[in-house]
Amino acid sequence: MTVASDIPETESWFHKNQQKIAPWLFLAPGILFFAVYVIIPIFQSFNLSLYEWDGLGKAEYVGFSNYEQLYWEYVDRDAFFISLKNNVIWLFMYLLAIPAGLFIALFLNQTVRGIRIYKSLFFFPFVISQVVVGLVFSWFYNPSFGLLNTMLDWVNLGPVNVLGDENLVTYGIIIAGLWPQTAYCMILYLTGLNAVDPEQIEAGRLDGAKGVRMLWHIILPQLRPATFIAFVVTIIGALRSFDLVSIMTEGGPFGSSRVLAYYMFEVALSEYGFRMGYGAAIAVVLFMIMMCFIAYFLWSMYREEKGH
Amino acid sequence: MFPKPIEKQSAGAQFAYKSLLPVALLFWLAPLLAVALFSIKPDADFTAGNYWGVPSSFEGFTNYGQVFFNSDMPQYLLNSFMITIPTVIGAVALSSMTGFALGVYKFRSNIWIFFLFVAGNFVPFQILMVPVRDLTLSLGLYDTKAGLVLFHIAFQTGFCTLFMRNFIRALPYELIEAARVEGVSEIRIFWYVVLPLMKPALAALSVLIFTFIWNDYFWAIVLTQGPDSQPVTAGITSFNAQFRAAYHMMSAGSIVAALPPVAMFFLMQKHFIAGLTLGAVK
Repeated sequence: MTVASDIPETESWFHKNQQKIAPWLFLAPGILFFAVYVIIPIFQSFNLSLYEWDGLGKAEYVGFSNYEQLYWEYVDRDAFFISLKNNVIWLFMYLLAIPAGLFIALFLNQTVRGIRIYKSLFFFPFVISQVVVGLVFSWFYNPSFGLLNTMLDWVNLGPVNVLGDENLVTYGIIIAGLWPQTAYCMILYLTGLNAVDPEQIEAGRLDGAKGVRMLWHIILPQLRPATFIAFVVTIIGALRSFDLVSIMTEGGPFGSSRVLAYYMFEVALSEYGFRMGYGAAIAVVLFMIMMCFIAYFLWSMYREEKGH
Repeated sequence: MFPKPIEKQSAGAQFAYKSLLPVALLFWLAPLLAVALFSIKPDADFTAGNYWGVPSSFEGFTNYGQVFFNSDMPQYLLNSFMITIPTVIGAVALSSMTGFALGVYKFRSNIWIFFLFVAGNFVPFQILMVPVRDLTLSLGLYDTKAGLVLFHIAFQTGFCTLFMRNFIRALPYELIEAARVEGVSEIRIFWYVVLPLMKPALAALSVLIFTFIWNDYFWAIVLTQGPDSQPVTAGITSFNAQFRAAYHMMSAGSIVAALPPVAMFFLMQKHFIAGLTLGAVK
């Protein structure tokens, strides 16, 4: 893209200068807001993680002791590591939304009558707030009357108390999260499938490719942009998981479904008192984990930009 | 088209596909249908253990009537609208300017500022929580709708800038150059040339941000507390405490809380999906 090169010689000095100043004037309000509410708070949190502070009194500088406490534990045994472990489980399990979304997209990519309505209804769970998804699924799992146990009962299984079982609870919450996330990935792939080059498919058919081979060698490479976005939103979504944990279990039973995002909130703003510095240290750890992914995403975008 | 169109397959396959569709949908939406069923049942059904049977009487009007006339729900809904709508306007206004600046002008720090917005949009909320709460407190905006709106506008500017900038990049650049040759000032180019072309992006972004903000829960519980300013996502927990174990009421409340973005989605489906899938196709 060229900006200045095509401008005729007769261009006034002011006009040229205007083009240098204009972008900054357009950027100013956005940058101001973003700096005050997003960029500066990140640095403040880094700084705060070196202090002990109850949110009201004077903050006391404690160096890296908050980080040491993450290791030695403050609230209860292993709380930090359980949260970290659960975040890893979230990350891997949540990625199942991508193949599941692709599967549903392939299933729905037809032109029979009424298919548009089916597509919107399959997408529907994504539009509902996670709070409601959490409520809906905690009733779904309810051991005494939930739909899950009612259905298990038909085949003489159960009952299971998914949200009351330390070993199942995180998986139960993740499945609730997979519901809207799969819908999101589905819509990405449906849009991608729409744009797949029909000539390449025909060429593939002539070469005798079909089914899974066709999908793998001809369709998936063309769906790369959709897959990239699906990865970005799914990974970020997994690490941000907070609403469902908060609504469905409040981290329980016995803290076994905590994730870092929820644990941080718990130490900084709820029953365990207002340990802002300690909370900030947890947030910094989560931030560092996410930064690895964000850096990778930006790097991919950068290569893409240069390619143009 | 992939997979192979079903019309080109045997009549049996077509029939199987067409009958599988509604069954699959039924399973997919089962948790939600269950809640819809609960919301029209009378209280007596739950005490009698009739959870999944046919409702012994239709109590839809009673239950939803209770939600609207005998709880704080209308207030929470109103709060949600008063938080969501200004945020949509603010974030879209700010980001059409930032998107214009980053999409049209070539200057050295352009891509870095752009990446700053994109990266900021992905950070975990927790790293912002304590400082943003302090800032809101010191502005005297804690537990007010304005406090939430200001934060949401700022944070959403990240995503919106990404969206707007990419959209503007795809516009025909010759239009802007032609206007410049005519001597049109930059601000007029923005207002009269680019903004009218951005209508689809403005619509898509508005519906998306409306849904995102309506569904926000984390910031609602961090920055507000009581029915005066809490949006419906946070209010539903106090609503549920009021109707503890009254599943018909909690179901009706949840459905009411979820409805506005759902309505938005079905009314503006084309824009919504265009917004969500921007970049999914080259």
